[in-house]
Amino acid sequence: MQIARDILLQSYRAMRTIRVFEERLHVEFATGEIPGFVHLYCGEEASAVGVCAHLTDTDTIASTHRGHGHCIAKGVEVHGMMAEIYGRQTGVCRGKGGSMHIADLSKGMLGANGIVGGGPPLICGAALSHKTLKDNGVAIAFYGDGASNEGFTLESLNLASVWKLPAVFVVEDNGYGEATGSSYACAGTQKDRAAGFGMTYLECDGTDFFEVYETAREAIEHARSGRGPVMLHVHLARWYGHFEGDAMTYRAAGEVAREKENRDCLKIFREKVTGAGLLDASALDDIDTAVEDEVESAVQAAKAAPWPEDSALMADVYVTY
Amino acid sequence: MSKKSFRQAINEALRQEMRRDPTVVLMGEDIAGGQGGTSGVEDAWGGVLGVTKGLYTEFGPERVLDTPISEAAYIGAAAGAAATGLRPVAELMFVDFIGSCLDQVLNQAAKFRYMFGGKARTPMVIRAMYGAGFNAAAQHSQSLYPLFTHIPGLKVVIPSSPYEAKGLLIEAIRDDDPVIFLENKVMYDEEEDVPDESYTIPFGEANITREGDDVTIVAIGRMVGMANEAADRLEKQGITCTVIDPRTTSPLDEQTILDCVAETGRLIVVDESSPRCNMACDISALVAEQAFHTLKAPIKRVVPPHTPVPFSTPLEKLYMPSAEKIEAAVKSVMSQTTREVA
Repeated sequence: MQIARDILLQSYRAMRTIRVFEERLHVEFATGEIPGFVHLYCGEEASAVGVCAHLTDTDTIASTHRGHGHCIAKGVEVHGMMAEIYGRQTGVCRGKGGSMHIADLSKGMLGANGIVGGGPPLICGAALSHKTLKDNGVAIAFYGDGASNEGFTLESLNLASVWKLPAVFVVEDNGYGEATGSSYACAGTQKDRAAGFGMTYLECDGTDFFEVYETAREAIEHARSGRGPVMLHVHLARWYGHFEGDAMTYRAAGEVAREKENRDCLKIFREKVTGAGLLDASALDDIDTAVEDEVESAVQAAKAAPWPEDSALMADVYVTY
Repeated sequence: MSKKSFRQAINEALRQEMRRDPTVVLMGEDIAGGQGGTSGVEDAWGGVLGVTKGLYTEFGPERVLDTPISEAAYIGAAAGAAATGLRPVAELMFVDFIGSCLDQVLNQAAKFRYMFGGKARTPMVIRAMYGAGFNAAAQHSQSLYPLFTHIPGLKVVIPSSPYEAKGLLIEAIRDDDPVIFLENKVMYDEEEDVPDESYTIPFGEANITREGDDVTIVAIGRMVGMANEAADRLEKQGITCTVIDPRTTSPLDEQTILDCVAETGRLIVVDESSPRCNMACDISALVAEQAFHTLKAPIKRVVPPHTPVPFSTPLEKLYMPSAEKIEAAVKSVMSQTTREVA
């Protein structure tokens, strides 16, 4: 597979940014300075980035409560995200959404979502917009194995097929819906569910950027060309709890350590690109340094940023009222 | 100007807006009807009560989208489409079906703008039938507008006549916020003069349908007609009433209500919805809080009992507010006058 050097560099940078952003949130959340709930995406970076590498700002994505990775992969600005998570006026949603509601429609990011399964119906609508407005866009719903059991999601798979929408349903299967294993909660298989709705099904290892990239390319081309929706089943693992503060008592000792050792998408990426001579280690090291600096700067800026003014309380409930 | 039914007025509003704005699309169950049927007729129904009849024929399958019976998927799709450039009008058929898709309204469409820091617009309309009086029983007869009025971010419109329906629906489609537009199912065949041309009626501006000296009656939707009927009878008995149609419960024209109560000193609210936490409670609280000193008598609410809507004709009649019940309430309030207000 040939992937242009600039795409490789951008993709590595995006994955590294997600990793550093999330690892830093893990540390900062423990200090008590971040309000509310935070759900970390560490370990799943290759999925968001491998999919969004094929998208432009015209294309739409909807995300989940575990949404920081999708936001970064779709180009939402890191300083604005960090400030949002800190509840500050300078946040991308002016401090009124927080971690679970980061959105930037100018980037085609229709929002993280606090409701499990909230995204798939919305993505049917976004895909309908692309189809009706004939802008050649596609719409992507990221959701977990947990959300795959929501009625909303199953209805959306049917509607997308009935309307032959340019949509891709990306099931990020990390094996757990909160504290319950998908082996318990998901009857049948995702593949059979797709087949049940006459939908094309593709799957990939979500810890290998190259595999995600190639499979997502096929899925997105299929949807974009008007051949109907696709389910893309991505197998991956999350490295932290359902939310920060979750002691993960439902996971066997050593499970996460093994994932980190054997299925770290960044490590795998680095080995592949340096091994094949596609990128120098020094270019990746430079990105690592730049990303550390960017996230550090975002944290410092967020902590120093003003809280929203009192007048923001009543602002933007409506366009007009 | 010609006589048009409530049904025709709504159809005409949809048709005129679809001609004017190519981003207006309709979606709903059987809004055309006939797709996949064996007759080959692709515009078989025009909605379960024929409100959207003929729109599929004029605008085709790209603008008039029949949906599977999947309220969560298509109401959610309407929200997603609205946030990304379309102006969808989704028909929920019976408002009672909100139970199958409340999340898409409550947690998605209503909250995008606020949650996203003012950077989203969600110009969608959900049309649905509401109301008792059709022997449709407990799952097809509710008046759930208080539920929607309770949710910040939604606008809620309840037209009281064909003229009102056309102007308010065109306003709703052009509005940039999510609007719940509720049509009383008993009123579809009611007729009155409705202009042929397009017009809008602004939200949050109540309509005073008649003015009187003794009692202010605030009535919602179909109750406006009953209130006027009661007021006609009372006038012959020497009691004159002001009747207010708020048109929209969100936004609510509080000032008009307060002004009228200040003049009459007595308030009756007629509300077809279940009595706990309904519009009658809300409007009563408004007046009690802000105009208590102008009241000559206790506020009275004409509302159904706190029960599901019954099926059987005599029980449903017992359940419903009526002109007779309003008339009795007015007389009761007149007789209960407890104080003179300077």
